[in-house]
Amino acid sequence: MARYEIFVTYKTGIFDPPGATAERALANLGYEGVEEVKIGKYIRFAGDVDLATVTEMCEKLLANPVIEDFRIETVEE
Amino acid sequence: MRFGVVIFPGSNCEQDVIGACRFLGLDAEFVWHGDTDLSRYDAVVLPGGFSYGDYIRTGAVARFSPVMSEVVRFAEKGGPVLGICNGFQILCEAHMLPGALLRNRGLKFICKTVDLRVDGVCDWLDRPIGTILQVPINHNEGNYTCDASTLARLNDNGQVVLRYCEPDGSTADEGSAPNGAVDDIAGICNERGNVFGLMPHPERVVDPVGGGTDGQPFFTTVVRKLAEVAG
Repeated sequence: MARYEIFVTYKTGIFDPPGATAERALANLGYEGVEEVKIGKYIRFAGDVDLATVTEMCEKLLANPVIEDFRIETVEE
Repeated sequence: MRFGVVIFPGSNCEQDVIGACRFLGLDAEFVWHGDTDLSRYDAVVLPGGFSYGDYIRTGAVARFSPVMSEVVRFAEKGGPVLGICNGFQILCEAHMLPGALLRNRGLKFICKTVDLRVDGVCDWLDRPIGTILQVPINHNEGNYTCDASTLARLNDNGQVVLRYCEPDGSTADEGSAPNGAVDDIAGICNERGNVFGLMPHPERVVDPVGGGTDGQPFFTTVVRKLAEVAG
């Protein structure tokens, strides 16, 4: 069985509403120097599938290529 | 002339659409998401709601429902398809319309009546350009976005049918979309004009008991156009 970690984030140039809100909220709390906060999704995936198939799953369902990028990391047992 | 209103698990505005059709004397029936035959219908509506709990992304799971392959084929043959709110999100996920709908700027669910300006025509709406309509919105992910080249194409082709606007029809410099949508976009159609998606809920302002009647043209226009085609 293979284990993967998938990180889904908005593409550069796509407005990230939760990230922008966190950025403002941190500034309001007095944390200075916060320049860019981006919020994405973390998916942990285990199964008897190869990397190419996981990539296909991301393109088809787990991420929306119109607005999101994804990065897959293989977890060593 | 019969409308088919698709029900996905989690749809919750299908009764409103059926009610609006019947108020206007139009024949409308429910279509289950597992159905694969749309031959009975002249127009198809994907209603609002939270299909599949909005899991993964709004509309991301619904687009793989069995009925959706048929909706794609129906649209390819020129059949009119309307996506309202969650239905708009499903049309974008299915790539039947370009772009995507993000969380509202400010992360708040917004439920209120808004002013919309007609900026284009499609099979579902052909009011004069500049007409202002008052229609309610009710969503958490209505922040329309697309890349710059898609936006230019939508504008050049007149595919932006509706924009959020100020009461006088103008758009504010800082934007008039309460959800942060790019270029104040509230509704777009495909190049052919038969597939139309919008975040506002016209079905709620068909019967005056809903507080207005500005939603009526969204349903009567397609009926008239279909009648014209049928001769």
